[in-house]
Amino acid sequence: MPLPPSPCNIPAPDFAMLISPEDKILVQGITGREASEMVAEALAYGSKVVAGVTPGKGGQVVHGVPVYDTVQAAVAAHQPTVTVVSVPAAGVRDAAMESFAHGITLCLIMSERIPRRDTACLVAAARESGCTVIGPNTLGLIRPGVAKLGTIGGRVDNVRKSFLPGRVAILSRSGGMTTEIASFLTSRGIGQSIAIGVGGDPIIGSNFTDLIRQLETDESTDSVVIYGEPGGTAEEELSDHLKAHGTRLRIHAFLSGRFVDDMEGVRFGHAAVMVENGRGSVKEKAICLREAGVRVVERFDDILEGLS
Amino acid sequence: MRLLEHQCKQLLGRYGIPFTTPHLATTVEEAEAAFIALNCPAVMKAQVPFGGRGKLGAVRVITSPAEAIQHARDLLGMEIRGYPVSTITLEPKATFTQEYYVGIAWDLRKRQPVAIFNPAGGIEVESGVGQAAQRAFDPRTPLTPYQGRELAAQGGLAGRELVLVGSAIAALSQAFLELDALTLEINPIVVTVENKLLGLDAHVELDDDAAYRLQDFLADLGEIPRTSGNRLPTAIEEEAARIDASDHRGVAGRLVEFPGDLALLIGGGGASLTVFDAVLRHGGQPANYCEIGGNPTSEKVAALTQLLLSKPGVRHLAVIMNVVNNTRADVMAHGVIQGIRAAGLEPSRVLSVFRIPGSWEDEATAFLRENGVTALGREVSLDAAAALAVQHSRP
Repeated sequence: MPLPPSPCNIPAPDFAMLISPEDKILVQGITGREASEMVAEALAYGSKVVAGVTPGKGGQVVHGVPVYDTVQAAVAAHQPTVTVVSVPAAGVRDAAMESFAHGITLCLIMSERIPRRDTACLVAAARESGCTVIGPNTLGLIRPGVAKLGTIGGRVDNVRKSFLPGRVAILSRSGGMTTEIASFLTSRGIGQSIAIGVGGDPIIGSNFTDLIRQLETDESTDSVVIYGEPGGTAEEELSDHLKAHGTRLRIHAFLSGRFVDDMEGVRFGHAAVMVENGRGSVKEKAICLREAGVRVVERFDDILEGLS
Repeated sequence: MRLLEHQCKQLLGRYGIPFTTPHLATTVEEAEAAFIALNCPAVMKAQVPFGGRGKLGAVRVITSPAEAIQHARDLLGMEIRGYPVSTITLEPKATFTQEYYVGIAWDLRKRQPVAIFNPAGGIEVESGVGQAAQRAFDPRTPLTPYQGRELAAQGGLAGRELVLVGSAIAALSQAFLELDALTLEINPIVVTVENKLLGLDAHVELDDDAAYRLQDFLADLGEIPRTSGNRLPTAIEEEAARIDASDHRGVAGRLVEFPGDLALLIGGGGASLTVFDAVLRHGGQPANYCEIGGNPTSEKVAALTQLLLSKPGVRHLAVIMNVVNNTRADVMAHGVIQGIRAAGLEPSRVLSVFRIPGSWEDEATAFLRENGVTALGREVSLDAAAALAVQHSRP
């Protein structure tokens, strides 16, 4: 199979949702194994990682990025507005609160297995401080050709192979499926405006509805591919929103995990994937989304139909 | 984690919610002695971590020592959804005038906890949920007694009942937050003929992800049951969980057994669902669901591969992942080959499909070729890879 055309001729959008090329990025937990690899990949892709924080390790340097003990000190020295949180689960709530306290406006939380109460508390605090939270339990987000946050796409050669600038947004409850879908679109010459792993937990900072609202005014996006799963209420909520407000976007959805519908109370894959008391089944979600005008496909390979 | 009823009562009792202390029995003799000590009509219940015990025949009313012996013998020999009954409880049969439902759960749309009061409690609560009063609250602050009373009033209570139930709701909201609960329910909670509030049954599910900070709360409750959905985990599921827990790096061991003969090692979280659906759609018979992701070590992958192949009747293994990001394809390839060889098998015969494109795929492809296996690339979709896995595993 031929590789997709590299640097394509679509100009980078001047209005950028969530992340623009100038945004300065902080990484909390930068000295950790995963975070430090992620910093190397992000820098190689052109993301402006300006500082890191690991309490007690101030003064170190990770891939050329200076490490501070506190977000306060990092903000004073470099003025980042975006943070990527990759700290052990028990420290996530505190790390997120620290970023809100110092004017961070986009907080992407990669850590997983965070107690649900901590997530709910930090989401409540983020609303009060006006910070957008993506995740927890996300691999990150990418504006192809502009910047990426998190480990999405992995090694930079794979990122370039998988993502292509274009006009389709991807919103996915699975980080892996974000890249799988992008790679599939890219292989057919269909580029992406932004791809976001929204996070695999039952409670996340920004769900499909929050992000579709933002995409309505994103001039670089015409269509959206949504990847949904059993469990939770994200798809139902989006359906309600679309029925009430309509949309200018063409929305396609691929839903997986039909087999989970018959296995009440068993968790598969992500923390949120569980059908409980007959609620949250893929079958129900597909019905809701179709009623709201979303094109729902049952087979992965059919995602392409109607996209170009 | 789901607790047993007597554990729930012990835990919630510490928050001032009134329960009678159940007598525990693990033998027929203990049950008889407990009944004689109570010296009144009693309720005997099997302690299993599932709801709907009444309908499963796990709740009995006892009025004589002979009945205590007979029903204890009966219950202690039972298996409920594969869960052997090892403990039963006896408590005095309460006489009451009213039964209610109080509970707290997560409202995922609001991203907040929600307290629920239903004036019609008992076994019919499922059908009567429509008339329940609800109040979502900030996850950082429990409900106060006056907020509890407002909810009780909204549910139609007045007088002494309103005051008692209001306090119980406030106490329950505090327990919910402190215990990192996913669900707390007292159903029914009754007003007895002595005009006292009393919880008769309780259900508690706590957040596994918060287990590290719940040790002190759970310390004196006895063994916490392990469950897989509404049944007991199988030996292979237990072993897979043990392998996964042996190293914190990556997920390799969330396994659910199925009755087929095609072993699956699939990931990450989303792709595992996509592939499992596709295998079923193409007529495959999976031996298991098993998710991998987050860059597990090759040792974990090898141990898991060997475990999957140890299941009687399994002849083939399909390894399928999405285009990987942080997981390294070469680390996966090494683990899988090592596991197959450790099982004394030949990789080229056992592997029906190996499809892990993405980070480090060239290294993985070269290593697999050395072992006689042709790796599939990203041009073969997840769906097509599943179809090939099924096709190649047919005898």
